[in-house]
Amino acid sequence: MKTIFRRPRALAVLVLLALSVEAPVSPALAQTAPTPKTKASTAPRSTPMTGREKTLHALNRLGFGPRPGDVERVERMGVSAWIEEQLAPDSISDARLSPRLAPFSTLTMSSETLYDTFERPIREARRQKKAAAGAAGQTTAMSASETAKADADAFEEIRNRIPPEKRPRRVIEELSAARVLRAAYSERQLNEVLVDFWMNHFNVYAAKGLDRVLITSFERDVVRPRIWGRFEDLLLATAKSPAMLFYLDNARSVADPEHRPALPARRLGRFASAFARPATPGGADSIPAKRKGGLNENYAREIMELHTLGVDGGYSQRDVTELARVLTGWSIDPQRGEFRFRERVHDAGTKTVLGRTIPAGGIEEGEQAILILARQPATARHIARELCERFVSDAPSQALVDRVAARFTSSRGDLRETVRAIVESPDFFAPETYRAKVKSPFEYVVSAIRASGGETEVRPPLLREIARMGEPLYLCQPPTGYSDAATAWVNTGALVARMNFAIALAANGVPGTRVDLARLVDAKDAADPKRSIDALARLLIGGDLSEETRATILRRLGDGAGAERRPADGAAPGEDTLVPVDRTPLSLIAGLILGSPEFQRQ
Amino acid sequence: MTSPNSMNRRMLLKTTGMALVAGGFLPRVFVRMAKAGTPPSKRVLVAIFQRGAVDGLNVVVPCGEKIYYDARPSIAVPRPGSSDAAAAALDLDGFFGLHPSMAPILPYFRDGSAAFVHAAGSPDVTRSHFDAQDFMESGTPGVKSTADGFLSRALVANKGENGSPLRAVALSPTLPRMLSGAAGAVSMTNVGEFGIRAGAGSAAASESFESMYADAVSGTLGGTARESFDAVRILKSADPAKLAPANGAEYPKGPFGNSLKQIAQLIRSNVGLEVAFADVGGWDTHAGEGGAQGQLSNRLRDYALSIAAFAKDLGSRMGDVTLVTMSEFGRTVRENGNRGTDHGHANVMLLLGGGVKGGKVYGKWPGLDASHLYENRDVAVTTDFRDVFAEILEKRMGVADLSVVFPGYAIEEKKRLGVITT
Repeated sequence: MKTIFRRPRALAVLVLLALSVEAPVSPALAQTAPTPKTKASTAPRSTPMTGREKTLHALNRLGFGPRPGDVERVERMGVSAWIEEQLAPDSISDARLSPRLAPFSTLTMSSETLYDTFERPIREARRQKKAAAGAAGQTTAMSASETAKADADAFEEIRNRIPPEKRPRRVIEELSAARVLRAAYSERQLNEVLVDFWMNHFNVYAAKGLDRVLITSFERDVVRPRIWGRFEDLLLATAKSPAMLFYLDNARSVADPEHRPALPARRLGRFASAFARPATPGGADSIPAKRKGGLNENYAREIMELHTLGVDGGYSQRDVTELARVLTGWSIDPQRGEFRFRERVHDAGTKTVLGRTIPAGGIEEGEQAILILARQPATARHIARELCERFVSDAPSQALVDRVAARFTSSRGDLRETVRAIVESPDFFAPETYRAKVKSPFEYVVSAIRASGGETEVRPPLLREIARMGEPLYLCQPPTGYSDAATAWVNTGALVARMNFAIALAANGVPGTRVDLARLVDAKDAADPKRSIDALARLLIGGDLSEETRATILRRLGDGAGAERRPADGAAPGEDTLVPVDRTPLSLIAGLILGSPEFQRQ
Repeated sequence: MTSPNSMNRRMLLKTTGMALVAGGFLPRVFVRMAKAGTPPSKRVLVAIFQRGAVDGLNVVVPCGEKIYYDARPSIAVPRPGSSDAAAAALDLDGFFGLHPSMAPILPYFRDGSAAFVHAAGSPDVTRSHFDAQDFMESGTPGVKSTADGFLSRALVANKGENGSPLRAVALSPTLPRMLSGAAGAVSMTNVGEFGIRAGAGSAAASESFESMYADAVSGTLGGTARESFDAVRILKSADPAKLAPANGAEYPKGPFGNSLKQIAQLIRSNVGLEVAFADVGGWDTHAGEGGAQGQLSNRLRDYALSIAAFAKDLGSRMGDVTLVTMSEFGRTVRENGNRGTDHGHANVMLLLGGGVKGGKVYGKWPGLDASHLYENRDVAVTTDFRDVFAEILEKRMGVADLSVVFPGYAIEEKKRLGVITT
């Protein structure tokens, strides 16, 4: 690898000369390559972790990385005690977090209020627009492009009728901001890692229709309260959550008409569009007595493939269909937007799921089926593997997965015990796991803010950066959720986005986010380039800076960089672009360290 | 990894990249320089993945099948010539009709530059989105252990490689499986913003990062970073983002149109692109799919307008460009209880551009009567998607050894559809 890379450098100069290019060859280009040095942080290692490395490792894997002072604090209390504390988050005071979340009023709203505040106005605007269009008698046939343009214009017009603070986008923005703030500032770090894990395991795409007003309750009322309890309780709660029922279409899944009783029409409510067709224009807002409809197997498939057994967990298409029948009628209350079992559309027959007969009944059929799924050995293995991939390695050993799955089973799906099995396993602190995992974009951004002691109010530009790196929060469209493996995150565009974020963050170019590096570095250290680098390396990355990276940064300082103080390219700091503001040597060093290969890893 | 070939490529791209930046040249120089080594291919394959499983039966509609209309009482697309002219399918060959929202593609079908392949797909039985996409992208249905994507293997196998760091580009925030592998590929979402932005210090910061990643890292991070910086240099010089769409082409607003617009910019700026990838989602129509109008119709309109704009934008250059679309599987023949469709099996592919023998719906149509359905619910696969790609890769991209691209799969002459000329 080395020779392949090196030789062209010299060649480049030759080519330039041969072509007689009249261009100044920059010192950086002409510079001879540095001599090979140790690859401190990237080569697979075999020596045991030191005590300090264990502390760093725990802070990185069981949290979103250390803030200034965290390593020392955890070292003082002992890493085992810190882990024990993290496993019992209720015992940790988190008082300083609440004021940060206070500005985000949607976080505490009920689904009903969210609907009335953010969904109803846009529906009303759409209805008015349609009525106006109907009155104007738009009947001329339009080409595809005309239709597309008309749609786009109509959307724009409808949107403009709603004041920005009442647009549904605000719900996801506030939720995303809260996720970043909690990850960055909560003392319950492991709790936040697990929220990230389980929200991803039970992924709901918040931009799908009504989910934009249901997702807040999903995280707050369904997932967060259950991540330290039993898996089956969490699974059942997600199965009954309006957000999941809507996202994976189960809210609409009903028994075939011939298996349902004919009943009189009923009034529709707020959330009726979750499962019913829009009422005919001018007609009554009611469901026809003999509504058509039938099975929808979307959720039945995904709960087996993704939430429990895993794709190779031994279920068939027939199991999918049978489970879909079992879950018919699991739907959403049209008025309150809460779970409701609609008995009148539940399939009345007997079903067989995974070889187990489920006698005809009501809601208890689904509850029984979900317990069957939760207690399958394949589920234990699937959940164990996913957790090991998150906490230990992209390719965890089979022995580790088996060990964790066994604990999952013996504790009857106790999620605290399952996580404990991972951190107590020899694999967790094994030398080869040290900085072996690449951070996800969310982990990367949060860890950079934490490491640099940053203060953020999480404005949209910060969220856009996470999206640019490939992980828009709450907006993963497929039910699979985001991958936990480096291969998903390491690609050209995303790496460039990470480097740009690093530079901007350290130079106070991320709107709504501030770092004060001078406060963190001793004045004597700040006066000397080498000492500045070492001080910031200790602060930002626990001193794990390779000789190569250190030499590169030093070289860059030697180039006289950092002397400039004018705004970049004459551009003014805006909401959409990251524009580095500070141009001090400290911000330059910190930007390079945060963008370095070492900091991509945890 | 360190074969002489890859060495040459690395050296070439490195040197050309450096020269470009230092001199601020136009891409023509890059092309000329590359010619000194191996001639660059002018031909481009544009692969489009419709993620979520598009309902192919409502894209290229089997209007001649009564069963289709029986199975889809609320979401069928009416036959050509039916009373509601705006909703009717557009006749393709007397049996198949095109969804009305696909109208922008019709002129290309009629003038022989666009074709469809129906009942195409993967032989694997999975109805998991993830697995089916994975199998299609690895090019090895049923084999989960395949490490790389088949287009990456095709690029490695391709003798005519030109050494550009922008040989393979995905317009997506993450690198698709199809392009991951030894050939290397660049993924980005914004061609114009691809680079280190540190104001006045950008060049120096870029240089520092490049040095750090090159020196200190082996493995995925290092390799990826190297590709990034090579690509950054070429793009900075060629500046494809400055090219406005040509020939009056108008791309619809939205991510897919934006992706195709940028692929056209890369093609027009001659940066050595050979394979481009874009994906487009929103096809998983389990509920409220709609027929001639509605959810699927809206998605198809955006999709068709984007592709038509792309073809118009490239104009005669489209003769060098072959666009092909795929989706992980089709959807059930019968509509489900929610006026939608569930996961099925075979699907339809669109081919458009250079080398396409268009104006025809290819593939053996298996029929929709119960005896011919797959598992009594889905369209059976009669054309393996690998056979479609095999033709394109061999005849257009000069890939001689397809056994490397599709290991374990016998590419046989008798399975050829003849959809690609040269």
